[in-house]
Amino acid sequence: MMTARKNLLLFAVLLAALAAACTLAVLCGAVRVPLREMADSSIARLRAARVLLAAVTGAALSTSGVIFQAILRNPLAEPYVLGISSGAGLGEACAIVFGLHAVGAWTVPGMAFAGALGTILVVYALARTAAGGVPAQTLLLSGAIVHAVLGSLLMFLVSVAPSEDLHNVVWWLLGNLQVLDWQLLRVVALVVVVGLAMAFLLARDLNLLALGEEPAAHLGLHVERTMQVFFLLASLVTGATVAACGLIGFVGLIVPHTVRLMIGPDHRRLVPAAALSGAAFLVLADTFARTVMAPLEIPIGVITAMLGGPFFLFLLKRRTFAFRS
Amino acid sequence: MIALENVTAGYGPRTVLQGVELHVAPGEFLGILGPNGCGKTTLLRVISGVLPTSAGTSSLRGINVRHFGRRRLARTVAYLLQEFTLDLAFTVHEVVLLGRSPHLPRFGNESKRDFQIAQQAMDRADVAHLADRLFPAISGGERQRVLLAMCLAQEPEVLLLDEPTSHLDIGHQLSMLDLIARLNREAGVTVAAVFHDLNLAAEYCQRLLLMDRGRVAALGTPVEVLTPETIGSVYGVAVRVDRNPLSGKPQVVLAAGLSHSRQPLGPNPAAAPQSPLPQGS
Repeated sequence: MMTARKNLLLFAVLLAALAAACTLAVLCGAVRVPLREMADSSIARLRAARVLLAAVTGAALSTSGVIFQAILRNPLAEPYVLGISSGAGLGEACAIVFGLHAVGAWTVPGMAFAGALGTILVVYALARTAAGGVPAQTLLLSGAIVHAVLGSLLMFLVSVAPSEDLHNVVWWLLGNLQVLDWQLLRVVALVVVVGLAMAFLLARDLNLLALGEEPAAHLGLHVERTMQVFFLLASLVTGATVAACGLIGFVGLIVPHTVRLMIGPDHRRLVPAAALSGAAFLVLADTFARTVMAPLEIPIGVITAMLGGPFFLFLLKRRTFAFRS
Repeated sequence: MIALENVTAGYGPRTVLQGVELHVAPGEFLGILGPNGCGKTTLLRVISGVLPTSAGTSSLRGINVRHFGRRRLARTVAYLLQEFTLDLAFTVHEVVLLGRSPHLPRFGNESKRDFQIAQQAMDRADVAHLADRLFPAISGGERQRVLLAMCLAQEPEVLLLDEPTSHLDIGHQLSMLDLIARLNREAGVTVAAVFHDLNLAAEYCQRLLLMDRGRVAALGTPVEVLTPETIGSVYGVAVRVDRNPLSGKPQVVLAAGLSHSRQPLGPNPAAAPQSPLPQGS
């Protein structure tokens, strides 16, 4: 058990890392801006917005990964792998194709949230056995199948929709942190911050759920109610980020496992630490994506998938959480 | 302490327990026996309050378990599960501390007192030396004792144990049960434990409950319950019941080839192998 001082140190380091990553991200880019003109250049403002979106998205996806891994007791659970991101994507595409985005800034993230929540409920129901367990294999299988079905529905929508509605859709499917809509960014940031604050407040319950539903009940937890709250929270923040920047995979896998390896599985530390690390990770990954081949930009989803795919296979081979330095 | 009145319970359409009556006094050590699938675990779950009854009442300290909140229930009853897996790399100390959960304020953390109680629980369960080890990395016998320490950290009045010694060798079986017996004796914790081993149950328990297909087949002292007749009718095996020369408790003696025979064996061991074998077995 870590002491309060150690905790303070940990979060000071993580905050400093995040701040450094954000500063670096604002300074770097395809266009060189002299340092002394930085403060009031519009390019810096654009980059800052993009950094904010990357940070919010990284924090949201990492925390969703932590939540799903704990409540499903499965090291491979993650919004993208479980098909939740594509559910959110389909919800969003529906909102765009049917013109619902004209109704208000909340409609698109709202539909993405509904798609995310609907998907996790279907995947969970498919994978759950009569005895109440959620075996890793069936969960991944049902996630993959739901992912494929939703993906093809998404492609169908894209192919029949008028092109101006879903222009840049390939970009968006691969994840795109460009801020196209400042109103949307504000809504998404608000949703994610509120969602993560709630996850942080309830983090101790994740420790109990990680023991299993029956032991958690014997330790005084309202298991069903708590699981519902966490399903809602994780779907909410995942849906919000998908609405803003499309499908970005594997962040919820790479970050939680790396952080858990370093600080252990106590969710009261893991949730905030994964959120901060996830934010820094995606900010850096995005900076890499837009500078390494500048002025060309590599889709961020390509980068996270290239890192995350092998990592996923490594975890699949180990099939356990049981490592800690 | 524990009172079940005419309890019927099950899962969905499947009824597992039927008309079970049971009263356990404070400080008692009750053993629950019976063939596989007879409802032993279901009985423990009803007592613990996690499984609601479909008819009849289950109460603790005279209060219907329905009127307990979940957290208050967890401060009254601790439950040692038969199957428990944990892949996350929690340390032993962290696992034991989770036993304090029902005592913590809703959004608060452990106080100094909680750490002390967890430490005492680890001392009692003889796992204090494992405190910094990772739970997934310790042996089966150690895990059972750590989980027992977690139960103790709950400071329960009732301890429910579902086959606490099922995967342990005889050395660990005895040390685990000695530990539980000491808690029962010294701390006055009421214990209800499911056993598969009839002789271990007879050795440690003041009273035994023998279940058969969801009903109470026999309830009483080990001498009253462990008779060749009741064991033969419930388990379908022919046995002899002797006395354990070390403790004087009843001791059930088995022999190969005597399953599917409900006739009790005679007192003469020489006559036993031939007579009770049914035709064609």
